[in-house]
Parts: sequence; structure tokens; C-alpha cells
Amino acid sequence: MGDLWGGLAQAFWLVITFDADLLEITLRSLQVTLTALVIASAIALPLAAVLAVRRFRWRRAVIALLNALMGLPPVVVGLIVYVLLSRSGPFGVFGLLFTPTAMIIAQVIIIVPLIASIAHQSLRELWTDYHDLLISLNVSQSQKMRTLLWDARRALLTASLAGFGRAIGEVGAIMIVGGNIDHATRVLTTAIALETGKGDFALALGLGFVLIGLAIAVNLAMHALSRTEVEGRW
Amino acid sequence: MSDMFPLRVTAATSARRGVRLVGPVDLDLSGQGITVVVGPNGSGKTSLLAMLHGTNRLTAGSIAWSVPVDEARAGQAFVFQRPVMLRRSVLDNIAYPLLVRGTARKTALMQAKTWAEKVGIDGMLDRPARSLSGGEQQKLALARAMIGAPRLLFLDEPCAALDGRATREIEEILKAVLSEGTRLILSTHDLGQARRLADEVVFMLHGQVHERSPATAFFAGPQTPEAAAFLRGDIVE
Repeated sequence: MGDLWGGLAQAFWLVITFDADLLEITLRSLQVTLTALVIASAIALPLAAVLAVRRFRWRRAVIALLNALMGLPPVVVGLIVYVLLSRSGPFGVFGLLFTPTAMIIAQVIIIVPLIASIAHQSLRELWTDYHDLLISLNVSQSQKMRTLLWDARRALLTASLAGFGRAIGEVGAIMIVGGNIDHATRVLTTAIALETGKGDFALALGLGFVLIGLAIAVNLAMHALSRTEVEGRW
Repeated sequence: MSDMFPLRVTAATSARRGVRLVGPVDLDLSGQGITVVVGPNGSGKTSLLAMLHGTNRLTAGSIAWSVPVDEARAGQAFVFQRPVMLRRSVLDNIAYPLLVRGTARKTALMQAKTWAEKVGIDGMLDRPARSLSGGEQQKLALARAMIGAPRLLFLDEPCAALDGRATREIEEILKAVLSEGTRLILSTHDLGQARRLADEVVFMLHGQVHERSPATAFFAGPQTPEAAAFLRGDIVE
């Protein structure tokens, strides 16, 4: 219990003193994960709409695959991205290994299946509602998808937030491809792993509480921006 | 724009996964009035409407409009038994068909407002469509169907879940729509409604047109024993 209280006190001090290192790694955490979230959403949401509206040969297989990949082990993703980006790998010439970009790539791979699966679930339900009307109105495929994406935007926000949650707390992949380099690729989760390894539980816990607070703050901010749960809306 | 009528339907059949839903149907339709489709549940009323509308696949026979099929399709609208409410406001729901056709948003919303007034739901433009009552939702669906100024309007049991007052209000809107020259094809299992509205009656049984007569003749003396039994209120199978 002493460690927990120590951690809380440490977190409190770190935050109110605007600790420079803490600020830096917190901002990097946000930068990496939010960038990954935007890119992953831009891929996953249209993909979910295509899967909901279009009927093509491999549709079921793609859906099953996405569902399976929701549980993709981050360490394995990190390993694969590492091999691809390493000097001798196919993308080695770009020199991306141990940069925030590499961490973003890994996180995108981890959360695209998650966001796409959850988004597809809600889009499919909406599509069964809308099907008769949109077919009757003879709207084009792209209009169908746009209508679904717009009308399901709140459910899609939930899908994206699930992706954010998985990415912000993820350590396995970014540790491997980022390398936890101080002032370069250190983020909250890798710093926690490091401090725990060094035995500095109070600092690790402090960082942990900051991480939790950050996740909550981002979720609340996104809900406030999109005005979900406001009366009279969906 | 040339008229899409007369419509000539020849041996039209619609099937799904090898099961025949409706047909073969032969039907000639002129461009005026209300055709009311009656018949027991499962007789193919909805399937007939959907096949004519083009949303159920035509597996045999032909449906020949007097204009190219794309043009004919654009001149039609369909009101469902259970109205489909988009997760949008009442106003945005009514404007939707114009918006997907590329009408400017301002124009579309203005027309939507006009139609909301015509059907009597202009007091609830900003409410979520799904919070409306059943009767209000069906009026919204009517306004949304009519905003594209269709030449032909299909209505699939539009009053099946409504009470007397809402039904009367819907029927009054339909009569107004009719007087503006829109052709109506309406299915119903409410014989009272058929009597009130029909110019001609199509009696469906087992997925086929069993009898077709002018309304007065049909209700005075149907030509087939099945239609007579149906009118008496007997169970026709």
C-alpha cells in the first residue's frame, strides 16, 4: 500500500510542478497515439462501410480476419514492423526504426482491425435499418457509405475511442520498434516499464496515474466535442 | 419529360433463391388514379409492389415503361409498411432524397419545410425522426417520398399500424397527392380503406393476380369465388 500512496504523491508532484521530462513524454505519447488513431480511423471506417454495403466474394473472409486480428499480440506486430524497418529489411532505406514514425506504424497496424470490426458491427445494424429506403431511392454506393458513416458517427466515435484506448496503453510493440530512447522515443508506457525494471515503483506508479488521467481526459474531450449523450441526440 | 405510362407488365416473375415470390403477372397500368392491391397475408402484395418498383429482382418476364428504365426509376417513390427513419432530424429526413440527388442544401431544406407543412408535421422539424409517433413517422415518410415529385407512388400497407385518426389524415394527404396527378399503387389488407380509395382493385392470391376489376364492380360483385370469400371476410388460403 505504501507504494501506491507514494505513487499518488509522486504523480501529484510531477503534475503540479510541470515536470519537463514528464511533459515531454506525455506529449509524445499523445502525439504518437493520436496520429496513429487518425490514420487508423481513416483506413478502418471506410473499410467498415465497404464491408457493410458491398457484397463481394471475400467479404466474409475479410470480416472474419478482422475479427481475429482484433486480438493481435502487440509484441508480434512490433517484431514484424522491426524486421520490415530494420537496416536489412525491405523498408530499411527510410531509416524509420527507433523513431516515433515507426511507433505510429506499429500502432496503426494494431488498432485498424479493432476499429474496423467495431465500426462494421454498428454500420451493419444501421444498414439493415436503411437498406429498403436507400435501395428504393437508388442512391450510389458511395452515397450509401457516406450516409451510413454520417448517421452512425456516434457509434463510430466509440469504435475510435476503443482504438485509442488500446494504442495509448500499449507497450509491447512501441518498446520494440521505438527502443524507449530518452528524448526521442520514450513515451509513458515505456517509461513505466523502465522505472518498474529499475525498482522505482513510486515514479512508475506516478507515471501510471498520469497515463490513466490522460486517457480519461482524451475520452471526455472527444465526447464533449461530439456532444454525445446530450439529450435529444443519438 | 415524356410520360412513363402506360406500363406494360408481361409474365413478370420475381424469385429469391429459387422460391417464387410473385408471378407470373400480366398487368397494364394507365397513368391516372389509385390501384389498390388487396389479398391475404403472403399473397405477394409487397413483392408485387417491390417488383414493379424495381427493388425486387425480376427473374422472368418484362416490365416495360414508356420511358427508359432509369428515367422511370427516378419518377417513382416507395412508402414502406414500417417507415424507415434515418437517424437525423425530421427536416433532414424529408430533404434526404433531394440531397442525394445533388440539390443545393438550402433549396432542399426549403422544399422539405413546404412538404412538412403539407403533411402537418411542421411543428417538429428539429426533432429526431425516431422520436415521432407511428402516424407522424408515416407522414414523414410520405413527405419524403413526395419531395422528389414522383409520377408514381407505391404505398405498401401505409396505415397497417395506425389508428383511425392517423389513417384518415394519411388518406387525405393521399387524395391531395392524387389530385395533383400522381399515380398511386397502394396495398392494404384493410377493405374499408380499399373501398374509400380505390379506382380499381387488384386481388392477389398465391403470388398471382387473381382478379382485377374497377373498384365499384369489384365491391358490387367479384368475379371469382375466392375474391367473393375474401370480401365476405372468410379466410382465403
